[in-house]
Amino acid sequence: MKEFVLIFRNSVQEGGNPSPEQMQQLLTDWMNWMGGIAAQDKLADRGNRLSMSEGKTVKPGDVVTDGPYTEVKEFINGYIIVKTANIEDAVSIARECPILNVGGHVEVRKVVSPDDHS
Amino acid sequence: MNVNNEHIDTLIPHLFRQEYAKITAVLSRHFGLQHIEVAEDIASETFVKAMSHWAVHGIPASPAAWLYTVAKNKAKDYLRRQVLFESEIKNEIKGTEKEAEQEFEFSEEIIADSQLLMIFVVCDPVNPPSTQICLALQILCGFSVEEIAGAFLSNRETIKKRLHRGRVNLRTNSFQLRSLNRMEVDARMSAVLKTIYLLFNEGYFSQNEKVFIRKDLCAEAMRLTLLLVENQLTNSSEANALLALMSFQSSRLNARTNELGEAILYEDQDRELWDQFLMQKGYYYLGKAFADKVVSKYHLEAGIACWHTTGGDAKWPQILQLYNQLIMLEYSPMTVINRAFAFAKVYGCKQALKEMEKIDFPQNSYYHGLMGFLYSELDVGQAIGHYRKALALTGSVAEQRVIAGRIERLGGRADVVA
Repeated sequence: MKEFVLIFRNSVQEGGNPSPEQMQQLLTDWMNWMGGIAAQDKLADRGNRLSMSEGKTVKPGDVVTDGPYTEVKEFINGYIIVKTANIEDAVSIARECPILNVGGHVEVRKVVSPDDHS
Repeated sequence: MNVNNEHIDTLIPHLFRQEYAKITAVLSRHFGLQHIEVAEDIASETFVKAMSHWAVHGIPASPAAWLYTVAKNKAKDYLRRQVLFESEIKNEIKGTEKEAEQEFEFSEEIIADSQLLMIFVVCDPVNPPSTQICLALQILCGFSVEEIAGAFLSNRETIKKRLHRGRVNLRTNSFQLRSLNRMEVDARMSAVLKTIYLLFNEGYFSQNEKVFIRKDLCAEAMRLTLLLVENQLTNSSEANALLALMSFQSSRLNARTNELGEAILYEDQDRELWDQFLMQKGYYYLGKAFADKVVSKYHLEAGIACWHTTGGDAKWPQILQLYNQLIMLEYSPMTVINRAFAFAKVYGCKQALKEMEKIDFPQNSYYHGLMGFLYSELDVGQAIGHYRKALALTGSVAEQRVIAGRIERLGGRADVVA
């Protein structure tokens, strides 16, 4: 089994915030998706959600800016870690991720292990 | 005041079980747990005396108090003999005389404290869970070897060996415990809860057809959890959640089997038979469990059991979400299967089958039972195939009857498996 991090990226909503109803639906879909991964015994780490409101970017020369979104429209809003036999398996999990229905996308990256030389 | 002698046969086994464990716990704490056998002998002798005395003189007004007095005297006699023995050999030992005069007190508080200590002694991860449960039944609940064998559908010798090995392991480890403190409670609380949880499940999901045995196991598990909840040191939110879970489950015990001991599925149960008192207890302890922010698997399972006390289909989305959380917290095939059932209730069997695509427990009768259910309206051939596998895999006669009924309703023949 190998571990892969699924990194969730989204962009600033252009059409305004989703309605409470839509958010409720997204949350339900999200929980079902995560539950489905755990039901296959492939959830290695529930990961974390990253705050949209509290964030800073630190740059050389003592430059600190607000949030990650001043220059990029796209930002990371969370990650989980799955354990699968190969990257194809991890990708097929990512394919079902509800973030794809709301304009986001998923990056799949293998966790480098000590005996990895790639 | 004397109770009618006719009651002696029915009163004593019940009393024995309860009081035996209490007397053993209190005396063991006095003697030191390495001498638990002495405490058990004294408890047994106390009951032998009660049997002969009560048969002639009638049952005393307060049987428990009578037993404690006799146990106290026997314990003092034992110590006196010990001291005599010791001093004869060693000629003169200072301090032992004084020890012989120590008081054995059986107040409610001391009984509860002693039993609590005993719970922590018995639930030692040095022993596998199955052994811990046997030891709990014997030492904490006063079950005989035969009764434990009966409950486990096992034979006497196996249980005897298991208990012996378990005690040997405890002797080198936990029997040194004298009293509980915060550190020990923190270190072992989760093991204690797990053992009690398994003890309860042994009763609740047992394949044993004797309903009264299963009820006994459930009741004992609840009694032990109550001991935890009633002591400040062990009154954790997990313990409350566990007690809530057990209360909800127990409230349905009577509705789960019919007069013939056959299993009745949740959906077909007569809600009038659900025990209102236990349900109220469940709500009460669940409220206490959620007083702080801890969410353990006991919280989630209690939440699921709580939703099951409500009628209609509105509960299923909530139950599914709780199962989602539960499976993320701790993987277990049974949770996978239950989650898929809830999924089917919310999104239909077709979607649930999609969820199950990558999941396979070929040797699990519940898995095949679920698959049979999911296929029932979509592919009768598949459904019957799975039900037949479930039928072959389950060891429970009650379960077999239910599955056979389902196969017949689908128009299949159930008699493929002996």
